Parts: sequence; C-alpha cells; structure tokens
Amino acid sequence: MIYREAGDFKTSYRDDGQTFPIRLDRWGYYALLGVAFLVVPFVIDSYWANAVLVPFLIYAIAAIGLNILTGYAGQVSLGTGGFMAVGAYSVYKLMTAFPGVPIFVHILLAGAITAVVGMLFGLPSLRIKGFYLAVATLAAQFFLVWLFNKVPWFYNYSASGQINAPERTVFGWAVTGPATSAPAKYLTCLVFAVVLAWIARNLTRGMVGRKWMAIRDMDIAAEIIGVNPLTAKLSAFAVSSFFVGIAGALLFSVYLGAAEASEAFGINKSFLVLFMIIIGGLGSIFGSFAGAAFLVLLPVLLKNLLVVRLGWPTDLAAHLELMIVGGLIIFFLIVEPHGLARLWRLTKEKLRLWPFPH
Amino acid sequence: MIATPAAEFSTDKGATRPVLMDLKNITLRFGGVVAIKDISFDIREGEIRAIIGPNGAGKSSMLNVISGFYVPQQGEIWFEGQKRPPMKPYQVARLGLARTFQNIALFDGMSVLDNIMTGRLNKMKSSLFSQALWWGPAEREEVENRAQVEKIIDFLEIQNIRKTPVGRLPYGLKKRVELARALAAEPRILLLDEPMAGMNVEEKEDMCRFILDVNDEFGTTIVLIEHDMGVVMDLSDRVVVMDYGRKIGDGTPDEVRANPEVISAYLGVAHE
Ligand SMILES: Nc1ncnc2c1ncn2[C@@H]1O[C@H](COP(=O)(O)OP(=O)(O)OP(=O)(O)O)[C@@H](O)[C@H]1O
Ligand SMILES: [Mg+2]
Repeated sequence: MIYREAGDFKTSYRDDGQTFPIRLDRWGYYALLGVAFLVVPFVIDSYWANAVLVPFLIYAIAAIGLNILTGYAGQVSLGTGGFMAVGAYSVYKLMTAFPGVPIFVHILLAGAITAVVGMLFGLPSLRIKGFYLAVATLAAQFFLVWLFNKVPWFYNYSASGQINAPERTVFGWAVTGPATSAPAKYLTCLVFAVVLAWIARNLTRGMVGRKWMAIRDMDIAAEIIGVNPLTAKLSAFAVSSFFVGIAGALLFSVYLGAAEASEAFGINKSFLVLFMIIIGGLGSIFGSFAGAAFLVLLPVLLKNLLVVRLGWPTDLAAHLELMIVGGLIIFFLIVEPHGLARLWRLTKEKLRLWPFPH
Repeated sequence: MIATPAAEFSTDKGATRPVLMDLKNITLRFGGVVAIKDISFDIREGEIRAIIGPNGAGKSSMLNVISGFYVPQQGEIWFEGQKRPPMKPYQVARLGLARTFQNIALFDGMSVLDNIMTGRLNKMKSSLFSQALWWGPAEREEVENRAQVEKIIDFLEIQNIRKTPVGRLPYGLKKRVELARALAAEPRILLLDEPMAGMNVEEKEDMCRFILDVNDEFGTTIVLIEHDMGVVMDLSDRVVVMDYGRKIGDGTPDEVRANPEVISAYLGVAHE
C-alpha cells in the first residue's frame, strides 16, 4: 500500500469533500479510532489516564473550541479559562439540582449555557477587533472567575468555596466522583472529544465555516458579498463557547472532581489553550489535537527525563519547560503560523510525491 | 483597441428594456469632500452600463452606494420599481447584487473553491444544526451548490487551480476568481470595479470575453467601471461619465464620445 491519491479517483463532489481524501489516511484514522475505543480502555491505568490521556482529550476539546473562534473566525479570545469555569459551575449546579437527570445531558446543557454566556461576551466583537477585543475577553475572564468566587450560590454555600463533583453513573459505571475508574474517565472524555471533533469538522467544511473564515480574512468584503457579521461572529462565539464549556464541565466533573474557580480556571488556562492552538496550528482541527497533545505531554516527558532520570530539581525542570514553550510560541508565530498541523501536512505532501518529487 | 464581437451586441438594449435600478439625485459627502454630487441615472435590465471618469471622480463611491456600503446623504435608490429602504450591505447582497473590488478582496486563507462557494451563501439555507451533523439536507445542499460552482469554474477556465489557496495566485487569476465568486451568487446585477486594471492585453481579452458571455448567456445586468476606453466603448451599451463627483455625460458610447464636455473633461486628458 502506497501513500497516493493516484488510482483513488473522486467520482463525485461528495467524495471530493470528504475529510480524508487519501485512502491510507482514512484507514489510519479508523485504525486509530479502533485502538482508542477497543484497546486502550482495557490497558489504561490511572497514571496514563490522569497524567496523559484524560487531560489531553479535555484540552483538545477546549483547543478545538478556541480554534473555531480564533483560528477560523479570527476573533481573539483570552477568556477561555473563564468560559471553562462557566461550563464547570453550570454542570455542578445542574448535577446537584437535578440528580436524576443523566450526567451526559448535564454536560451538554453546561455547554449550551456556556454558549449563551459566550455569545453575550462576544457582543463587543461587533464593534471592536484585534487587541481591543482581546482586552474585552480578558475582562470576561477576570469577571467570570470573580463572580464564581464571590457569589456563594454558585458553589452551593460550601464552607471551602470549592465545588465537588458528586458521583454520577452511566450504565451503572461511575463517571464522576471519587470512585471513577481510569477507563470510565477516559471513555467519557473520548466520546465527547470524538463527537465534538466530528461536529467541528462538519461545521468548518460547510457554509458556516466559510462565513467564519470570510470574516477572518476580510470582514468588509465578507459583509458586502452577503455575510451577516452579527450572526457569523456570534455563532462563532456560541459554538466555540459550547466546546469550551463542555471541556470545563469535563475537567471539573470527570477529571479533577473538585475545583475552585481562580485556581482551576485562572488566566493561565486561557493562555495554555491559546498556546495549544498556536503550536498546533490556527484553523486546524488536527492542530488542536496536536497542540493539546504537545503541551500535555511536554511536562510529563520533561519530568520523567530530567527529574526522574537525571535527578534535576523539579523547579529547574519546570523553568526549562516554560522556556521551551516560550521559544516554540515565538518560533511558530514567526515562522509557521499554521503550527504542527502544517508541518505534518508538508511531510505528507513530500511523502505523496516520494520518491519522485518533481 | 481590443477586437471583440461587441459591436453586434451594442444594439439599443439600453433604450428599450425596463429599468431595473434607478438612482435618483444621489449625493455623498465625506466631511468636506463631495464624492458624488446630485447624480441620477438608471440601469436597465440586461444591459452593460459603464461608469467612466478620471481618477477620484467618484466611480467607486457610486458602486459602494449601490452595494449599500456607503449611505448617501441625499438621494433614493429604486430597485425593481420599489424604493430601497436603508439597508446593510449583506441585505443588499440578498436582493441579488454581487460585485468585485478595485483592490481585490478575496479571502486569502481559503482555497479558490471555498472562495467561490462563499459566493453562494445566500443560496444555501441549511441550519447550523444540520450542518453540524452533516446530515441529509446539509450534505445535499453542499453537493448541489458545488455542482453549480463547478460550472462557473469551467466557464472561467480555472479548473486547475480549484484547490489552490487564493493567496498564492498571481494577480490576473485573482481577478478571475473574484469574478467567479460574484457570479456564483447568480446576481441580478453584477458590479465590476475595474476588472481589467493591471492586466496584460491577453488577460484583458479573456476578461472582456467573460463579461460579454455572462451578459449574453445569463442575461446578467452589469455595471462596469473601467479606465480603458477601448474596452468601455466595445463592451458597454450605455455609459455614465463622471468628473469631480458630477455627472457630465450619459448615453450610448457614440453619444458620449461626441459630447464636448466629456471630451474636454475626460477624453482629452485620458491616457494618463
Ligand atoms: N472612505 C472615504 N473617506 C473619505 N474620502 C473618500 C472615501 N472614499 C472615497 N473618498 C473620496 O471620494 C472621492 C472619490 O473617490 P472614488 O474612490 O470614488 O474615485 P474613483 O472614481 O473610483 O477613482 P479611481 O479611478 O482612482 O478609482 C475621492 O476624492 C476620494 O478621496
Ligand atoms: Mg475607484
């Protein structure tokens, strides 16, 4: 089997528009899904789940969300942490207020609530762009975290000011709460990540996605050819926040189990997710996964290598991590704004023509 | 002068057809600058209507008024016999107006295909929800509209650059893609702001042919701004001449050419 398009002719526009035009890509993708659903759950232990796979999947969802807004629709946001907090506190309030309703419904509702909040905070984008919009979303970030700390109703008046996820089950399996097993955490996040990535792919290859990109590339021309900037921008904020809200809900309820707004959803989170899409690739779903994987794995690798193997002090390793991330951000911003996704595609393009590059 | 079979088409289209758009007493000011001064003219169904005039005469501003991007301080725009209420540009687009820009305004991050597909946005109605799930109607609509876009791609002979990111194309091809995007909307009126500016002779000939074919085959009404007098005289049915925001001439190419005011204001000083 060779990595080629030749002999794999597209006979319809439907086929031409598909996600993986090259057959080998398609098979690789199905194989990956097969392993992710049928193999990993049986071998995953709590170290792999908690240190690597579960955060990877959750941040991938958040990164896709931010990428829709920033990478596709061109609206900068520094409010990701705040919107994740909205998802987390929504799912908490829903779980505790309606214990009988399935947890998946709550998580989706938390996403929907975040979508509405995101749309509200997206309203300034109709007037301002770029730097000023970034500052406005930064204000949203601080306001939301402040709100969740300040108003006790949000954390059900708990003495610690924390929110704690009660146990909820799906088909008898605990997916939230202290008793949740590693495979259950992993599978829950995997289902959301796969379905949401598929939805993001559908939206971005269709007319909604084209409107977003048109606004990103040239907003005035977009409006003159018929894009309503109001609906295009607000739909980007809504869809993006839906994704980010679900990521926040999962982070709190499935992964952390307990959270405090300023600690779990501070400005650091906003930057972390922003760095993921810059490194992974703006305007790419694959890039969102790549960036999330990179920034989740990097500290784990560095820790294993430097601290465990070489006996470096932990803080030194942490500093090195910051330097590496900072350097990469600068590199990608200057040299390759399309990030790892582009590097990957270039490699594939080379491979497609190999061994006759001309 | 470019040799085209235009002479055959320059019949009295302008005089006999019904009025599609009527611009009445349009005045547009930017602070102290009067870009358009009390101008009236009409656009008739199926004609090619040229707007000419020296640099800064207010031609592009006129097009921007028609497409709703500039709001004139005075004047009325009548479309299909009805006075057009104040509208946002995207609402004007829905009435069936599409345009190209003097400084190409393509979406550089998107492929040629996606740029042209974007032109069909008012033809595609499926909801956000059905697009998210890519089910029945959304997919069917995408395929149907893709088929229409492919016809335009064939028509403009840009098959081999379909998947190319627009940012990488040379200038002449960008102009062609921009025309394709406007055509994809199947407009009632097509507004072209200097579609041939900066092109070599061969590219100009191609563009002339496309414009004539669009007008001829689809019956699309075209408003054309162009500096190349040869092109204008060949293509257009009727010409509006502007100078310093005023209208100084209006009629068939022959009439305009014979108008002394036009000769002194424009033709005399043309070829700059
Ligand atoms: N947005 C604007 N703000 C201020 N002045 C403007 C604006 N747009 C156009 N003008 C002014 O209006 C006048 C007409 O400009 P316009 O672009 O319509 O001319 P034009 O006939 O298209 O010229 P050209 O042949 O150079 O394209 C010029 O004096 C220009 O400076
Ligand atoms: Mg102009």
